[in-house]
Amino acid sequence: MDVQYWTYLIVGLTFALYIGIAIWAKASTTGEFYIAGKGVPALANGMATAADWMSAASFLGMAGIISFAGYDGSVYLMGWTGGYVLLALLLAPYLRKFGHFTVPDFVGDRYYSKTARVVALFCAIFISFTYVCGQMRGVGIVFSKFLDVSIFWGVIIGMAIVFFYAVLGGMKGITYTQVAQYCVLIFAFMVPAIFISIQLTGNPIPQLGFGDTAVGSEGVYLLDKLDGLSQDLGFAKYTERQGSKLDLFAITLALMVGTAGLPHVIIRFYTVKKVSAARVSAFWALLFIAILYTTAPAVAVFARTNLLETIPEKAYSEVPGWFKKWENADLIAWIDKNKDGKIQYVAGKSFEGKPDYAVTQNDAGDTIPLRGTNDERLLKNKPTEGANELFVDRDIMVLANPEIANLPNWVIALVAAGGLAAALSTAAGLLLVISTSVAHDFVKKTINPGMSDKSELIVARMAAAIAVLIAGYFGLHPPGFVAEVVAFAFGLAAASFFPAIIMGIFSKRMNREGAITGMIVGITFTTAYIIYFQFINKADSNPDHWWFGISPKGIGAVGMLLNFVVSFVVSAVTPKPPQDVVDMIENIRQPEDEDEELEVSDH
Amino acid sequence: MSEKSQDKSNGSSAYWRANLKWVGILLSIWFIVSYGCGILFVDQLDKIRLGGFGLGFWFAQQGSIYVFVILIAIYVKVMNRLDKKYSVKKKD
Repeated sequence: MDVQYWTYLIVGLTFALYIGIAIWAKASTTGEFYIAGKGVPALANGMATAADWMSAASFLGMAGIISFAGYDGSVYLMGWTGGYVLLALLLAPYLRKFGHFTVPDFVGDRYYSKTARVVALFCAIFISFTYVCGQMRGVGIVFSKFLDVSIFWGVIIGMAIVFFYAVLGGMKGITYTQVAQYCVLIFAFMVPAIFISIQLTGNPIPQLGFGDTAVGSEGVYLLDKLDGLSQDLGFAKYTERQGSKLDLFAITLALMVGTAGLPHVIIRFYTVKKVSAARVSAFWALLFIAILYTTAPAVAVFARTNLLETIPEKAYSEVPGWFKKWENADLIAWIDKNKDGKIQYVAGKSFEGKPDYAVTQNDAGDTIPLRGTNDERLLKNKPTEGANELFVDRDIMVLANPEIANLPNWVIALVAAGGLAAALSTAAGLLLVISTSVAHDFVKKTINPGMSDKSELIVARMAAAIAVLIAGYFGLHPPGFVAEVVAFAFGLAAASFFPAIIMGIFSKRMNREGAITGMIVGITFTTAYIIYFQFINKADSNPDHWWFGISPKGIGAVGMLLNFVVSFVVSAVTPKPPQDVVDMIENIRQPEDEDEELEVSDH
Repeated sequence: MSEKSQDKSNGSSAYWRANLKWVGILLSIWFIVSYGCGILFVDQLDKIRLGGFGLGFWFAQQGSIYVFVILIAIYVKVMNRLDKKYSVKKKD
């Protein structure tokens, strides 16, 4: 059966599943809408957290990034998993004991201040919006690459699905669809990985194949082979460190701490039955995440080896089918600089900027690519002086894997369904944060405390609906800097929420003045640094100009330190927190009373 | 009310101290295995081979993640034990 049909079938089935779950999970109180009535079992919650966490970027993009970065890509592997240890040990159980609905809730109550709550809610909304626009864009792209649907309709369909189960079921609907989405995405990721591992190393377990010998190379280890191939072509050795140790340290720290400060991750721990379940849930979440995250670097190595073995010096007329397919999908571009009909792939940029393909329109109004003497697609870009002729989009590394490995069509369709599952699950989690921030933290707590539960639920649903529409809009018209903006979100979470919450739990002396000042300083510093180097003065964005050689991606770690220091200093010279807050902190630190009923409270 | 909280606070500060001790131990390992083995000492560790991996590279790309999962598992077990011990005390 044709790939298209398989894709429609499999994607259609998964969508039907999500809708079915949404109908089953309809929320009728704010408790259910915000935190699933605290009834989610720890294992299911862990699975949902894993899906919520792993976005289209993790599923499609990460292996590609690591593939091109080699050892330096470790910052993403460690950075996006290590934060869960911080969550389990320093955050989740206490927030669950605290028992309210949202992260600004905790900040507002712990720091006995509407101002703190408002600062927190603006951070939560900003962080979640920047993140969610990238997801909707990802949904549109997967649709357009796999289902032959335009990006426009892809985003619309994605919006409709998320709208349905988020607005109807709230956190309950979202949680159980995320469980289903995890199953889809992990299956979709592992199947090609296992097949390719067998093809390249004979080992069916990708994590082990990663360190195994290459098939047909007389006992040479795959990584050594890849290092050799890379060096021969003028690239750095794959396993060799390229960035400075300090920058790698800072980026890893910013990502780990940012993870632990992201509102859509934190609220996942409000939904379990008991405090101890919050820790167990963190364990399950990391275990499920680790399955993908230990496979991805293996996939990166397999894909990179395949690329370096198959393409360099190959005549265009002899390239494998997948090359041409992805060239047609705008993800590969080749300029025959020396006119030898062969593809030279070495280090250095082939041309400036992103591929700008030369196209024309036929009488029917269809876009036809213009082709050169080898039948390759022509580009409008100006070639560089360097010998490299090839551009490969990093996203290919996962997308093209099933075809490179000659896997059956249904596997390719599965990858599409997996990518969509990853994007939709994360989008839903983010939209819920936006909706709860607006309805609960802003409307109910700040403006209209006398509001009834029923009215709040209506506002929450409306907020979710509007958030979907806005996210969809930005998915269709993304600001050009989506990927950078996501890094921004991490830096902000690291510099604002993480310190405020940690100090809230572990220090009885940290007060409102300290926390608010700390958050504002952390946010302002991090934002200014990132905006300067990513938007205002991009040309200067290199290790020579960065503070201590720390890139914008890592500056959140410095913002976090500033927050801690400023908070500490300010709190030392301002009044300590009132007794009832101190009692609350003491209560959060204590084990659950067996007879105490931690009912869904909203005080 | 204050008598109860006095009893509570003796048991409860022991609980909190035990908690902090374990958090300290586990986070130290967390730090060593990721920042230490994976970044700061990666060049030295790479001299030791684990199959096709340099040991530092293995920690950075795979090993640290395994350790993270184990750390959380240990914390869950330890805290469940502590919870049992200190909740029972409170019931008296």
